[in-house]
Amino acid sequence: MKKIATRQGFGEEIVALGKEDNGIYVVDVDIGKSCKTTDFAKQLPNQHVNVGIAEQNAAGVAAGLATCGKTPFVVTYAVFGSLRMCEMIRQEIAYTNLNVKIACSHGGLTPANDGASHQAIEDMGVLRTIPNMTVIMPADYVAAKKLVRAAATTYGPMFLRFTRDNIPVIYDEDVVLEIGKAHQIQDGKDVAIIANGDTVCLAIEAAKKLAEEGLSARVLDMHTIKPLDVEAVKACVNDIGKIVTVEDHNILNGLGSAVCEVVAEMGAGKVKRIGVQDQFGESAPYERLMAKNGITIENIVAQAKALQ
Amino acid sequence: MKNTSVAELKNIAKDLRKKAVTMIYEAQSGHPGGSLSAADFVTACYFREMNVDPKNPKWEDRDRFVLSKGHVCPIQYAALGTLGYFPEEELHTLRQEGSHLQGHPNMKCPGIDIATGSLGQGLACAVGMALAGKRDGKKYRVFSAVGDGECQEGEIWEACQTAYKYQLDNLIVFVDNNNLQIDGTTDEVMPNIDLGDKFAAFGFDVYRIDGNDMQQIVDTFERIKMRHNGKPKCIFAQTVKGKGVSYMENVGSWHGVAPNKEEYEQAMKELEEGF
Repeated sequence: MKKIATRQGFGEEIVALGKEDNGIYVVDVDIGKSCKTTDFAKQLPNQHVNVGIAEQNAAGVAAGLATCGKTPFVVTYAVFGSLRMCEMIRQEIAYTNLNVKIACSHGGLTPANDGASHQAIEDMGVLRTIPNMTVIMPADYVAAKKLVRAAATTYGPMFLRFTRDNIPVIYDEDVVLEIGKAHQIQDGKDVAIIANGDTVCLAIEAAKKLAEEGLSARVLDMHTIKPLDVEAVKACVNDIGKIVTVEDHNILNGLGSAVCEVVAEMGAGKVKRIGVQDQFGESAPYERLMAKNGITIENIVAQAKALQ
Repeated sequence: MKNTSVAELKNIAKDLRKKAVTMIYEAQSGHPGGSLSAADFVTACYFREMNVDPKNPKWEDRDRFVLSKGHVCPIQYAALGTLGYFPEEELHTLRQEGSHLQGHPNMKCPGIDIATGSLGQGLACAVGMALAGKRDGKKYRVFSAVGDGECQEGEIWEACQTAYKYQLDNLIVFVDNNNLQIDGTTDEVMPNIDLGDKFAAFGFDVYRIDGNDMQQIVDTFERIKMRHNGKPKCIFAQTVKGKGVSYMENVGSWHGVAPNKEEYEQAMKELEEGF
């Protein structure tokens, strides 16, 4: 299977978008090379800003640009684009409800070799609690392109999270993805596996293994954790009643938590959450870091069976 | 932009000071000290220097005003209400539920170009606005008032770097150097050394003035107009916190306290007679 980092999808699509609309801006913070905005900077210099290593200011500059009708994408790593800039996002982007997108590479454990300082495991959860924010993680290179385009053409503050490392390409070019709507990859009746980002490919493989054992799984790509597709979660509860969530994020306040909020209020259904076990990562191979947290095909299969 | 005379501006500043103190008195909440120190600059901006249209607050060619020290918004609200951005009666609704006039500026209020209130953040937004203006070939300028205490926030200096890099000579930063912050004087809490020197070191043209002297403010605006040299502008202004009300002047405890009835009446009397 072909593997491409989703940051690459962002980098390609943002150039196309910038050429179509000269109001699309990129605000870089000296990591444009690794966030894949070098082509944008070269081809669209009048729509490119590099504020240096100054993320807080980047958020404010983007807010100011947005008040003047621009659609700025602040581009950084997920750990900085959520936590370093957090209060600036809250005050100047979310409270003001400006059309600023925070587009981040290095989501989850994917900057594996860089270690814990660069691995973002809290970002989506923190941003999910800020009013007006939309929080998205595409599942592959194709989804990244589709959702970046959707973000650019949909008003409002948004956080988009991409992988540093290569992950399998799971979608065909004609896939249709809509912000706030779960994408059903396959249907099943014994368990629902709800995943996002780089764990969707694991969910697909787990579903295949479960099928070999006679269990059929509904697999949902919940690329948008806010606004959550509540109806899709409710349908899982009503149709199946057993859900495994999978995410490359702390199990606190990410996808699993968001799903559990819906399930708890329904008073029906069982959920098993798979994700980072509320612990920091380290420099290690990506697959090892995922395995240390139980984010594996085998564990998805095990948790699905445990629910039966 | 209007040719309002210095004498007229002084009268308007007196009126805005009285309105700001009245708003804070009626709300029994708000920040009088900084509102009074920044009053003359705010007056000169809105009633002379800035190119704005109160009937069309979102006009895309307008000059922008960013009150980075957002807690002193009563003085800005007084200016906006007087100019007719919203009905002047709304000035009596400061900090009330459902009011445009939130405790710190909110974009739902006509004439507020960006929400502020968390210190250190407004200047970066002003830089973004000035940059958009340059990129779009627009003539508008961006005026921003920052506090001297606020300059302890690192983001202020990040914003200055960007203003220098992108040659934002359409950005005018007013440093309201009243030398007081909540826990004491700026020298006690965190010495700023010389903010004028700091802004100069960050590549700004710096103008040192008495920020409560209307003639000096107006003269500085005239000098700035002649300087299209690619350098952002800093008006480093010595001001008096609580300016115009004797018992508030240079008294740090009037940072965020409303006057009682007796104090309010004295303030109104002094403001009327003193200017």
